[in-house]
Amino acid sequence: MNPVVRWFHQLGSPPYFDRFAQRWTPWAYGLAVLVMAYGLYGALFMVPADYQQGDSFRILYIHVPSAWMSMAIFALMAIYAAIALVWRIKLCEILAMACAPIGAAFTLVTLVTGSIWGKPMWGTWWDWDPRLTTELILLFLYLGVIGLYNAIDDRRAAARAAGLLAIVGVALLPVIHYSVTWWNSLHQGQTISLFGKSHMDPSMLPPLFAMIVATKLWFIGSLLARARADNLRREAGKDWVRKLAGAMQ
Amino acid sequence: MMWPAARALMARDLRLLWRRRGDALQPALFALLVVVLFALALGGEAQALAKVASAVLWLAVLLAGLLSLDTLFRGDAEDGSLEQWMLAPVPLSWLVLVRTFMHWATTALPLLVATPFLAELLHLPHGQLPVLLAGLALGTPLLSLLGAVVAALTVGMRRSGILVALLALPLYVPVLVFGAGSVSAAAQGLDPVGALLLLGAGLAVALVLAPLAAAAAIRIALS
Repeated sequence: MNPVVRWFHQLGSPPYFDRFAQRWTPWAYGLAVLVMAYGLYGALFMVPADYQQGDSFRILYIHVPSAWMSMAIFALMAIYAAIALVWRIKLCEILAMACAPIGAAFTLVTLVTGSIWGKPMWGTWWDWDPRLTTELILLFLYLGVIGLYNAIDDRRAAARAAGLLAIVGVALLPVIHYSVTWWNSLHQGQTISLFGKSHMDPSMLPPLFAMIVATKLWFIGSLLARARADNLRREAGKDWVRKLAGAMQ
Repeated sequence: MMWPAARALMARDLRLLWRRRGDALQPALFALLVVVLFALALGGEAQALAKVASAVLWLAVLLAGLLSLDTLFRGDAEDGSLEQWMLAPVPLSWLVLVRTFMHWATTALPLLVATPFLAELLHLPHGQLPVLLAGLALGTPLLSLLGAVVAALTVGMRRSGILVALLALPLYVPVLVFGAGSVSAAAQGLDPVGALLLLGAGLAVALVLAPLAAAAAIRIALS
């Protein structure tokens, strides 16, 4: 068998995944902290202040990567859920459900940083801008997935039901975003663009790339750690978990 | 095969509804209460009411539908009928579609009939009433279909409570936006047809996909 395919099949086995996650979680977290340290230092001290926004724009280095992650994680969660529903791979159910709290956290970070940035820039904490509204609804979708997963007793049925909701959410998210955009353009004449992305000075970009990589690494670390915990909880009765915990045979 | 099954299910649902006639009026009563509360909270001034009338009516209909969602599959899950649905030779999604249609006809249709009356209570300008009714006629089946997916997801739980609202309301956003948007577009003298066409397109898509998703959710809940 092709080694890559074999490795992929091995990863589906709970004990193998446990060892894999145990090995790579510290690396992912460690690299994330290093890259994030560079990114934050660069964002706070190296990058010149914006000619219009002054120092306030520096929050973008947290806001933009988080916003990116909040969307990407939802898509990833739906992909994992689809794999879990079609091929019944138990690990994919675990991974899909481990995505939800991380994604919700990134969404919350995006909303809070956007709101903090909005106060000095727009003079208001909140505006019914399409992107803000979509992000808020995304948070509700995440909370719905988490709530559904926690509300059903049987873990496997819970993961599959919540996964189905994630897939429905992914299908509807573009519609929601489009509808909110339409609604906004109907109600208000002006549209506020959050930031002029294409107009960014090249000197401002390296810390942003660093933060984008760092949030991805952090997500990988968090995903592995959460999936490992859920995996151990589900396999709690098995021999290999008992051995791992040092129980008497 | 498909039509006799659908007829049998409809006859059963209608008979059950007739035996408990009082319950059938509850959604309309709830919508009326919401309208009354809004009118009291806004001070009852005709001009202020007319400005928000379409939004309040949409919300009243949406919330009334939300309240009745939990009954969509709950009774059948408890007495074991849902298991029989899964064993039946007709597709589960077809039965889900028929049930959703009956649910719409018995909860949303009375509301639709009552809407002109409720609109009068809120001093909705008469020119906007046809747009509102058209939007509701296209939007309420869409709400029922989306709600059927949510109801199917929560059917395995003993009490779903606030979770149904948390799951359903984000999915309702586009319907509300286009439904209420079409009326306010008409109020501003714009053409409301675009929003109504989008609602119709959404209904066509949901008619095909929502029963499939709801059937998959029922299978998960009962497996």
